[in-house]
Amino acid sequence: MARLKDLCKNPELFSSGHRACAGCGEALAVRQILLAAPQPVVGIMPTGCTEIFSSIYPHSAWQIPMIHTAFETAASTASGVETAYRFHRKMGNIGDDLKFIAFGGDGGTYDIGLQALSGAFERRHRFLYVCTDNEGYMNTGIQRSSATPFGAHTTTSPAGKVVPGKTMHRKDIMEIVIAHDVAYAGQATIAFWNDLVTKVRKALAADGPSFLNVLVPCPLGWGHAGNLTVEMSKLAADTCFWPLYEYEGGSYRVTYEPKEKRPVEEFMKPQGRFSHLFKDDTGRAVVAELQRHVDAQWARLQKRQAASA
Amino acid sequence: MILAKTGNEALAYAMKQINPDVVAAYPITPSTEIVQIFSQYVNDGLVDSEFVAVESEHSAMAACIGSAASGCRTMTATASQGLALMHEMLFIAGGLRLPIVMPIASRSISSPLNIHGDHSDSFASRDSGWLQFFCESVQEGYDTLIQAVKIAERASLPAIVAVDGFILSHCMERLEAFDDAKVRGWLGKWKPNWNLLDYRRPILVGPATMQDYYFEFKRTQIEGMNRVLPIIEEVQADFAREFGRGYGVIEEYRTEDAEAVVLLMGSACGTMREAVDALRAEGKKVGMVKLRVFRPLPHPVLKQALARFKTVAVMDRVDAVNSYGGPLFTETTSLLYDLAQRPKVLSYVYGLGGKEFTPLDAAAVLEGALAGRKDEPVTYVGVR
Repeated sequence: MARLKDLCKNPELFSSGHRACAGCGEALAVRQILLAAPQPVVGIMPTGCTEIFSSIYPHSAWQIPMIHTAFETAASTASGVETAYRFHRKMGNIGDDLKFIAFGGDGGTYDIGLQALSGAFERRHRFLYVCTDNEGYMNTGIQRSSATPFGAHTTTSPAGKVVPGKTMHRKDIMEIVIAHDVAYAGQATIAFWNDLVTKVRKALAADGPSFLNVLVPCPLGWGHAGNLTVEMSKLAADTCFWPLYEYEGGSYRVTYEPKEKRPVEEFMKPQGRFSHLFKDDTGRAVVAELQRHVDAQWARLQKRQAASA
Repeated sequence: MILAKTGNEALAYAMKQINPDVVAAYPITPSTEIVQIFSQYVNDGLVDSEFVAVESEHSAMAACIGSAASGCRTMTATASQGLALMHEMLFIAGGLRLPIVMPIASRSISSPLNIHGDHSDSFASRDSGWLQFFCESVQEGYDTLIQAVKIAERASLPAIVAVDGFILSHCMERLEAFDDAKVRGWLGKWKPNWNLLDYRRPILVGPATMQDYYFEFKRTQIEGMNRVLPIIEEVQADFAREFGRGYGVIEEYRTEDAEAVVLLMGSACGTMREAVDALRAEGKKVGMVKLRVFRPLPHPVLKQALARFKTVAVMDRVDAVNSYGGPLFTETTSLLYDLAQRPKVLSYVYGLGGKEFTPLDAAAVLEGALAGRKDEPVTYVGVR
């Protein structure tokens, strides 16, 4: 159990003054993760929101070493960095114990970087891959990714006269990752900072590749007020739209059980990307389908947890 | 030590002697064996290297970039579609000034699918900021790969060493190999200017730049490439002193009083030597200019060499599909344009997809050059 009193004494490794939008959930996630991670940490990032708002030359928000190469290459670049580290350790060039964290968005993780991610996990590179998931390509102007939820309006799954937003459910990246038998996988979100911090530490202590899927609300892409970012994150967990859980050694554990599981529309209603769904019967059917999916996923997770006990 | 080795075996053997810190690679015909043989060296404990068997060439180059940025002497090998898949990452390796060294077994690019030798792959990568060496023989491939490590590290630029797929990669030749210790001693250790893993001095590698800095970054890279030729010449001279074999950035063969010469690269130079000898025996004044370094283009040397001939036939083992001529042809005509008296320059495209290029074909090109004949903008050699 981390304490804020202790965390706030740690050096800020992600500086203020970067270029993220007001209310950006991703910047909060990166800051929390770096406050929690045992140092020294070396970072790897693909092209994406975090990269753009943190590292426009001649400025950098990173107080840790950081490398960016391309969009689909966080895990493959991390493979090279981690291998170089193993070489240096083997030859006695480096005596210290370094940790490696890759920060990718959902586009760089679920979509274009999935192959590299799979390869890196299969090869057992010891690093933590953090997906800061804002459910779309926000950096390029809010396009749908395979992390975008059912029914959401994006600029490439627009709410139209005939088609009401995205017509497919999101990809279950956690199950894909878990199928690689990773040493640790967790799902978290920024409102539950203690849960996130604990998962970061577990992931970095794990003996092998690890993964964290962190929901980061995006005021720009989700169409909610910037001061509601933390609230959106909380609602995502309370509606079980985004269950908080972890996977370790073949076992699933839900790390946050909402006292009362709230309807998913409470999470959806403050968001512009879902606003077209609350106008007519077609929209209401989409909301019902998303609720059905959320319920099914939640039930499946609880079953897995029960089977783990 | 005298050995019988195929091109791939010789390149893998050179890699064993180079003993790179990290190799990340993916199999592809015809370069697969390089990686295959090298991984045996790793698992037999003959090298200190860490080997990463990545899941694609794109990831191979991304891993190489991560490794080289972390202060490791890093190598990979590929060909054809693999080099094409790496394309995006080649530019990033160049822009980050990382001296990654990559032998390739040159091969055509699909479609249609073809696994045999031509220069389509390396030529498609020619503007990516990599040094490019083209080798005539297995021996030259072996020697050049060892040299390329030193050149790349001195220049802070990545390097491709190309041998023609199958024609050299799978052809067994006599190889004069050096002692492991001598190669390792000659290369020494790479001392990078910066290292990502130096966490006490944290750096950001690969920032985003806007209109205010991108061009400046590129300009320094361009300047880096501008300064490579003297480095190549120094390293070649040093190599000749140490190992007793010398190379130039170009080589002239029987050009003393030649009227017409052929300019070409790679294994076909061997065939062309035969044809030159045959025509010389008939008293015809022909010769060959072999281009060994394609990037950077050794323009002062090449220009001076070509200026004195009546005709230069430029042979490309690739077509740019630009309805004008092969890439080496267009670069050569540009190179010679501002001479007061220009040679006539002819364009020949040959050997695509491993199409055989025989001594008779070579002789026909020489005869055509001697006659200064230019029936068509581009002559396609040996196409049915």
